[in-house]
Amino acid sequence: MAVYEILPTKVPPLGERGVIAWVRHNLLSSPFNIFFTLLGIAVLAMLIPPFVQWALLDADFFGSSKSDCTGDGACWVFIAEKLKMFIYGFYPEGELWRANLTIALAVGTVALLQFTRGQKLKIAAIVLLPIVATFLLSGGVFGLAHVETHQWGGLLLTLVIATVGIVLSFPIGVLLALGRQSRLPIIKTLSVFYIELIRGVPLITVLFMASVVLPLFFPEGIDFDKLVRALIGITLFQAAYIAENIRGGLQAIPTGQYEAADALGLGYWQKMRLVILPQAIKVAIPNLVGSFISLFKDTSLVMIIGLFDLLAMVQLTANDRDWLGLETEGYVFVAFIFWIFTFSMSFFSKRLEKKLDTNNRD
Amino acid sequence: MIELSGVNKWYGDFHVLKDINLNVGRGEIVVVAGPSGSGKSTLIRCINRLEEYQEGVIKVKGVEVNADVKNLREIRSNVAMVFQHFNLFPHLSILDNLTLAPEWVYNKPKKEAIETAMHFLNRVNIAEQADKYPNQLSGGQQQRVAIARALCKSPDIMLFDEPTSALDPEMIGEVLDVMISLAEEGKTMVTVTHEMGFARKVADRVIFMDEGQIIEENDPETFFNHPESDRLKLFLEQILDH
Repeated sequence: MAVYEILPTKVPPLGERGVIAWVRHNLLSSPFNIFFTLLGIAVLAMLIPPFVQWALLDADFFGSSKSDCTGDGACWVFIAEKLKMFIYGFYPEGELWRANLTIALAVGTVALLQFTRGQKLKIAAIVLLPIVATFLLSGGVFGLAHVETHQWGGLLLTLVIATVGIVLSFPIGVLLALGRQSRLPIIKTLSVFYIELIRGVPLITVLFMASVVLPLFFPEGIDFDKLVRALIGITLFQAAYIAENIRGGLQAIPTGQYEAADALGLGYWQKMRLVILPQAIKVAIPNLVGSFISLFKDTSLVMIIGLFDLLAMVQLTANDRDWLGLETEGYVFVAFIFWIFTFSMSFFSKRLEKKLDTNNRD
Repeated sequence: MIELSGVNKWYGDFHVLKDINLNVGRGEIVVVAGPSGSGKSTLIRCINRLEEYQEGVIKVKGVEVNADVKNLREIRSNVAMVFQHFNLFPHLSILDNLTLAPEWVYNKPKKEAIETAMHFLNRVNIAEQADKYPNQLSGGQQQRVAIARALCKSPDIMLFDEPTSALDPEMIGEVLDVMISLAEEGKTMVTVTHEMGFARKVADRVIFMDEGQIIEENDPETFFNHPESDRLKLFLEQILDH
């Protein structure tokens, strides 16, 4: 029999620490891995220098017409000159402040959601934003001139469609997900039917339906706004996907959580709102954000029913006789804008996941 | 307090509970023992209707346990349950876990709910952990929080469903200590457990179940020292000999 001293802890050997360890484990761990590391470096070396050459070194930034673009590279003058079109579409020049104010309000709301803790304030902001934004953008009240929705366009339109789509489809999606889990056969069947029907149809079809078929059901003389029809179509479409994301989250919740809530005496809606959904949505965040990002990109499909979103603006502006042949610049610029927004969404979601992670908090 | 008469339950074709008759009086401590799969958990889960039964009647304080929503609300406010796997809500802090029912089910003001919660956290010796989250606590601490959460409802009856089975051995004691002190206070308790030491020490009655039936029912002294049925003798040999 023997008793042993408790040993002091030591640092790991040099090759297992810091940058060296990271490179060894992640880039050079096997011959296969070494091959792909080298391949990756080669591909980057082939692609990046020509792009930098075109987009920055040989590019023209200043001027006011196509004739100012004398270099071999990109003609960013085009973007600068057409920037208003890209951002606001045909929104009347004198009313642009309304569009700016709306965007500022939206940004302010996002910031508010990030930095306050008051639940009621957050909900109020989420509910108020679309209402205020609608009045601001479309006008016709409080002495604001009416701006018809066919004048909305560019990034403004993209943001309106994406925001409305996300904010409205979310609660509908939650209800559909709960409906699909319902013990009441009628509710369950209807939810499953709706979700599977919508998921089986491409968004383009839904948009066509909303734009062309829907008006046939309304009595003559009632003309639903084209944008509103597109928004309804997109919202109903997106809700089915949100429902499936949430369902995935719901399935991750152990039955013990339901039982504990039942045993405490919580009613169905209390149980869902206070115990089950907060956990289910947390689990579903990566998928939800994935859906939101696809929705954001899919907004460009409204082009086919005659709405001019950010992407459509490239075609429109590049057809300008003074600026022919500049699609490449337009598409690169639009791709960059799309990337900024989708990347921000991913970033935001990662932050949110971290903030909500109560599993290993010290 | 709790009356079960002629209770039968099936899972599909499988007959889980066979003709259960049982009365638990006010302040009585009943321990239910038996091999796994004997239906003992199912039995106590029928009392607060986490499980439905198909035949017979269960009454809690004279109110029948059935699909009636009003009855269910009354029963669940009288009966609290502690689970094998604690089932704390991981997205809420310990304090929020405890104030949830008082605030939402009993509409108590937040301040009062917090006072009650802190009172019971003190009671289970864990008040200093109030702001932590469940997954930061050890199993034994979590189960003590779960007991405090159940107590916050001021229930007349406590149901324990194998409260120590998921715990590391060194944590069983701290949970049993809390349960013993509750028993000494005179709470009505129905406990499914393999802790025979607990049964010997505090139970008024011990029930042995096997294959969905109550096989034997006695005071602890007779139950452990003079078992009658062969099945109980075998069971006691298996669990006590090691």
